[in-house]
Amino acid sequence: MDAQPLQRPRTPIPTAAPVPPAQQPGPAALPTAIEARDFSFWYGANQALNGISLVIPDRRVTAFIGPSGCGKSTFLRSINRMNELIPGTRHQGDVTLRGESVYRGEVDVVGLRRRIGMVFQKSNPFPKSIYDNVAYGPRVNGLARKRADLDELVETSLRSAALWDEVSDRLHTSALGLSGGQQQRLCIARALAAQPDVLLMDEPASALDPIATQKIEELIYGLKQQYTIVIVTHNMQQAARVSDFTAFFYMGSLVEMGRTDLLFTTPKEDRTEAYITGRFG
Amino acid sequence: MTAVGERDAAPAAGPPGEEAKPAAVRAAMRWHQSSRSDRAWRRLLVGFGLTIPVLLVGIAALLAHGAWPALKKFGGGFLTGSQWDPVSDAFGGWPFVFGTLASSLIAVLIAVPLSIGLALFLTELAPRWLAAPIGFATELLAAIPSVVYGLWGIFVLVPFLRDWVETPLSDRLGGHLGIFEGPAYGPGLLSGGVILAIMIVPFVSAVSREVISAVPRAQREAALALGATRWETTWQIVLPFARAGLIGAVMLGLGRAIGETMAVTMVIGNTPQVPHSLFGPAYTMASVLANEFAEASGDVHRSALMLVALLLLGITLVINACARALVWHVNRGPGGSR
Ligand SMILES: Nc1ncnc2c1ncn2[C@@H]1O[C@H](COP(=O)(O)OP(=O)(O)OP(=O)(O)O)[C@@H](O)[C@H]1O
Ligand SMILES: [Mg+2]
Repeated sequence: MDAQPLQRPRTPIPTAAPVPPAQQPGPAALPTAIEARDFSFWYGANQALNGISLVIPDRRVTAFIGPSGCGKSTFLRSINRMNELIPGTRHQGDVTLRGESVYRGEVDVVGLRRRIGMVFQKSNPFPKSIYDNVAYGPRVNGLARKRADLDELVETSLRSAALWDEVSDRLHTSALGLSGGQQQRLCIARALAAQPDVLLMDEPASALDPIATQKIEELIYGLKQQYTIVIVTHNMQQAARVSDFTAFFYMGSLVEMGRTDLLFTTPKEDRTEAYITGRFG
Repeated sequence: MTAVGERDAAPAAGPPGEEAKPAAVRAAMRWHQSSRSDRAWRRLLVGFGLTIPVLLVGIAALLAHGAWPALKKFGGGFLTGSQWDPVSDAFGGWPFVFGTLASSLIAVLIAVPLSIGLALFLTELAPRWLAAPIGFATELLAAIPSVVYGLWGIFVLVPFLRDWVETPLSDRLGGHLGIFEGPAYGPGLLSGGVILAIMIVPFVSAVSREVISAVPRAQREAALALGATRWETTWQIVLPFARAGLIGAVMLGLGRAIGETMAVTMVIGNTPQVPHSLFGPAYTMASVLANEFAEASGDVHRSALMLVALLLLGITLVINACARALVWHVNRGPGGSR
């Protein structure tokens, strides 16, 4: 019983001082939609986010990239306070949506979530009909008073999510009868139908074939006129194609954020370069 | 001798025919040749497995055999007949069937909202430090012996119901609504139903809690992210998702209420008649068996009681089977946990 204490070099948690927004070429020069200030997050004792500060500009597409488990989903879910449903979690710092704090004071969480649409990493359609899935947001938010309006909203949302042609003849059958990729597009349609002004998408195309992926990318491109979009993706080409700004996360910290074209061509940090050139992650 | 017999008798080295078999087939054959102790073990296990079905069939057969004379004598009229008179050998089971079904129905009507509300509170609202002790306390209710419930019923529940519920209701509404009519004796259908309700709450709430917490968090998140309130999420997403399982929970409670004997016997009044109102004394199938079987006055009386027992067994079996089927449906069906 005289085992040596485990001699393991402690890898320091990289805590890259985030680049002050003012010095970044892109994001800060535009109107701000979402801003995080020194935001940290814990699942129990496990720290998942480590002092994130960033600015997400209005009506642009921002991509979050980084290796698996680096905290992209956690940060995304912190913006609409989804994480607080998980018992034993806590946070520090703040996130603001159009200047208003998401966490401090008397925040109307329901109202906040109405303004933020979310597409989850794992598709989660309700065990209801396709129509009722898409109509759920408008119904709880009282968006469509007349049946015809609701029908129209459901159709346009399904069209936007590139699903209409496949389901128009079976709107009133169960959503669970759809394929995995169709279910994910249904969840996109459902989020759109609630008419949010920020859209958070967690790997929306990970289960889709190239054609559907392309449709989703076109959709994102079209939507950025009206929406602020944040998209998490593992697909570097996709980030480069659809986003205006890219944030690179690594082990719970934000390593670098900037204009997508600059970040992919001339990254400032070595870790960013290593990741985008595929040397790790 | 057949080829099979030859192969069986052949030693391990085997004739050329044996050699020709692929190794896998030979291995499989060896595996099937169990040793003597293996066979004995297997027989023992099969015996254990068959105990319960055999017991069930045995009980049913015994009851059917015992009930046969009464069935021959009264036929289907037994179910509708309301007279129960051992002195003149006139037996009709309807008051007991009615008493059992009515008291169980009252129990379910009271217990189900309470149990599902409790389950929702524990799963959706209460923080963990509160949910654990409350859940534990609810489960403790299930451990209280039936006779203790009965005593508590006699000394606390019955007087309370008589003075604070039955008398006021009968005074105010008795003239208008038949079910609230008549004198409030205390022991009666309502008392029986309420005590059953308290006794089934632990079971219904435990199953409901399990079913509700099996609703994936992703479902709640999807609704909340669309701007639904917690209330809307619970009513529109969580409960519909759990629907089939909740119906199973209710049926399970109903099954327990129907079979419960001691406590209900102590508070229901034990009068073999269809009560004039909610407050009148009644009788259940289980109670009449407990009270009368030991001193049954004659063969017809005993046989009639057997018939009551057979009916009780049939009703509980059907209800429990429905409950199982529904719970099973939740776990596999389209709305189930996937
Ligand atoms: N519900 C949870 N409970 C406990 N820990 C969690 C939970 N969700 C995530 N984590 C942990 O938090 C860290 C960040 O997870 P997160 O899901 O944000 O990563 P991610 O960047 O989205 O990864 P991926 O690309 O694989 O989706 C991980 O270490 C993960 O194990
Ligand atoms: Mg993720």
